[in-house]
Amino acid sequence: MRVSAARLSRDFVEELSWEKNEPAWMRAHRLRCLEIFEKLPMPRFGPDLSELDLGDLTYYARPVEPVRRWEDLPEEIRRTFQALGLPEAEQKVLAGLGAQVDSEEVYRSLLANLRAKGVIFTSMEQAVREFPWVQEYFMKIIPPEDNKFAALHGAVWSGGTFVWIPEGVEVEIPLQAYYRMQTEGVGQFEHTLIIAEAGSSVHYIEGCSAPRYSQMSLHSGMVEIYAKEEARVRFTTIQNWAKNVYNLNNKRAWAYAGARVDWVSGSLGSRVTMLYPTTVLLGKGASTENLSFTFAQEGMWLDTGARAIHRAPETTSRLVSRSVVQGRAKSVFRGTVHVAPEARGAKAHVECSTLLLSPEARTETIPVLNAENDEVELGHEATVGRVSQEHLFYLMSRGLDESQALSLIVNGFVSPILKEIPLEYAVELRRLLEMSFERAVA
Amino acid sequence: MPILTVRDLHVRVAGKPVLQGVDLELEPGQVHALMGPNGSGKSTLALALAGHPAYEVTRGQVFLDGQDLLGSPPHERARAGLLLAFQYPPEVEGVRLREFLRLACSVRGQKFCDFQKAFPQALTRLNMEEFRDRELNLGFSGGEKKRAELMQLYMLRPKVALLDEPDSGVDVDALRLIAEVIAEMAETGTAVLVITHYPRVFTHVPPARVFVLWQGKIVEQGGSELAWKIGELGFEVVRK
Repeated sequence: MRVSAARLSRDFVEELSWEKNEPAWMRAHRLRCLEIFEKLPMPRFGPDLSELDLGDLTYYARPVEPVRRWEDLPEEIRRTFQALGLPEAEQKVLAGLGAQVDSEEVYRSLLANLRAKGVIFTSMEQAVREFPWVQEYFMKIIPPEDNKFAALHGAVWSGGTFVWIPEGVEVEIPLQAYYRMQTEGVGQFEHTLIIAEAGSSVHYIEGCSAPRYSQMSLHSGMVEIYAKEEARVRFTTIQNWAKNVYNLNNKRAWAYAGARVDWVSGSLGSRVTMLYPTTVLLGKGASTENLSFTFAQEGMWLDTGARAIHRAPETTSRLVSRSVVQGRAKSVFRGTVHVAPEARGAKAHVECSTLLLSPEARTETIPVLNAENDEVELGHEATVGRVSQEHLFYLMSRGLDESQALSLIVNGFVSPILKEIPLEYAVELRRLLEMSFERAVA
Repeated sequence: MPILTVRDLHVRVAGKPVLQGVDLELEPGQVHALMGPNGSGKSTLALALAGHPAYEVTRGQVFLDGQDLLGSPPHERARAGLLLAFQYPPEVEGVRLREFLRLACSVRGQKFCDFQKAFPQALTRLNMEEFRDRELNLGFSGGEKKRAELMQLYMLRPKVALLDEPDSGVDVDALRLIAEVIAEMAETGTAVLVITHYPRVFTHVPPARVFVLWQGKIVEQGGSELAWKIGELGFEVVRK
C-alpha cells in the first residue's frame, strides 16, 4: 500500500481511506473531520505554534514493511528497537507489544494465554475493518469538534492500537506500544482505543522516540479509554521525542461506576508538547489519578496538564505533577478539576511542584478548580523552587561530585512519579536524566 | 605526625570576620575536643574545613595528610578523607539514605568502603536498622539526626571526622552509644574532632586534647582535665 501525494487534501484523505480498505462510516468520518479541521482555529492558549507548517508535512509514510520476527526488520530500525530494549522487554516483562514506524505498524505480538481469554490487541485499522461495533466507540469520547488537532487526527489517523479486555479478565503484566518517527518532516497520527469491560484490568504503556532532523515534524495521537463498571485501566506514556517534534495529543477516558483510570506521563522530549490527559468520572465511586513528570530542557516548551471532570457522586481524583526545567525552557502545568452539581461527595486533590535548574528556566502553574455543589473536598498545592545550595553542599561533603549530587536531588524530587513507572522505564528515565545533568554541569 | 594541620586560619562569613587565626593539629587515632561558647566560631571552623562556599578563607593553610586542602571543592576534601557530621543536617526529600550512602561509599573506594557489608553494619552499630529505607533525614528527630550523621561517618571511615555537636539533643542512652562509637572510630585510626559546649559526652570518651575557641581564636589547650574545668566553671576560666 502506498499513498501517493501525502499532503493534506480531500483527495489524500479519500485515498488513505481507500487504501486502508475502510468501511464507509470511517471514510465519511474522516471527511467530516477534515471539514471541521478547516473551520476550527489553532489553539488560542499555550505554546507558540507559528513555526509548525501544517502544509509542509508528510501525512503518510511507510518506510518499513511489517514483519513477524524482529530479525526480519531492516538493519537500522532493528538496531534502534534493540537499543531501546524492545525485543528483550517483550520476552521478559510484557504481555503484548506493538511497534509502529511512521504511519504503520511493523510488528505486533500477544501472549497466547491472553488471546485464549478473548483479549483483543490489534492494529486500529484491523479493528475498524473487522468489528462494526467499533464505530460506537471511535472518537465518541473526543469528537472532532473538540479542537483543531482532534479534527486533524480524525481525518488523517493511521496506525495505533485497539485493545478490548473482556469482562472480568485481569491482564496482569503490561501491554506496550512503541512509536517511532523515522522519516524527516513526517506527521504521525496513531489512534489508541482501549475498552476495558466491567471488572477487567489492564496496564498499557506507550513509548516514543525519533531521530533529530532539522525539519519540524508533528505527532498528534489520540487515546480514548472506556473503563466500564469496576474496571481498572492504567495508561503510562514515556515520551522522548527529538527536539524538532511538535507533540500535540488528545487523551481522554470515561470511567463508569467504581472504575479507576490512572494516567502516568513522563515527558522528556519534543520541541513543544501539549498534553492534558482527562478523565471524565461518569459513574458513582469512579476514581482517577494523574501523575505527570516533565523535564523541559533548552529550547523546549512542555505545556501539560491533567483534567478531572466529576459527574457522579463520591468520585475522587488526584492530579500530581513534578516538573524540572533546565536551560532556556518552559514548563506549564494546567490542573483542572470540574465538579458537576450531581457529583456530591466528590474529592479532588491537585498538587504541582517545579524545580528550576537554571536562571532562565520558566514555569507556570494554572490550576482551575470549579465546584458546582457544596459537598466536595478540594485541595490544591503548588510549589516552585530551585535546588537548595545547602542540600547540594551536604551531599557533596560526603564525596559526591556536583553532577552526582544534583542528579540525586532531582531524582528525589521526581520520585513520587518515578516510583509509579514500571522499573524498566524508570531505569531508562534515570539514565536520561543523569546524562542531561552531566551535560548541564559540564 | 598530625593528619590534619590548620595554620593561622582566617574565615569570613557574609563579609564578617569570624575566625581570626586558628591553629590546630589533629592526631590520627585520637579524640580531640573543640569547646567554646556560642558564637565563638566552632561551626564556622567545621564548615570552612569541609569547604562550604559561603565560608571564605582569607588567610591561612590547611593540610590533610600533607596535602593542601583549601583549593579543593567539598567532594574532593571528602574523597581525600575529611568528613563532617553536621550540626543541622538538611532533610532531603525523595533521596533514600541507602541510595545516597551507596554512592558516597562507592566514591570513597572499595578499599575503604564495601557497601554491602558496611551499610548494614553501621546501621546495626548505631541501632538504626529501621532507617535503612528512609529518606535522608526526613522526619528524623533531633537525636535521630545526630545518630544518622555519626552512622554515615562510621560507615565511611574517614581519616578525619569533624563532629559538630554530636551530643546536643540526645538522650542519656544515645549519648553513651555515640561516645562508644566515637571511641571505636578513633581506635581504628580516625582523627576525631568533637565540637561541643558541654563536657558530658567526654565522661564516656575522654579526649586526648582539648582546644578552646574564643572569639575566633584558640585561646587555650590542654588535656581532658580542661574539659572538666570548663564543665565546672564555665568558659570564663579560660578568658584571662
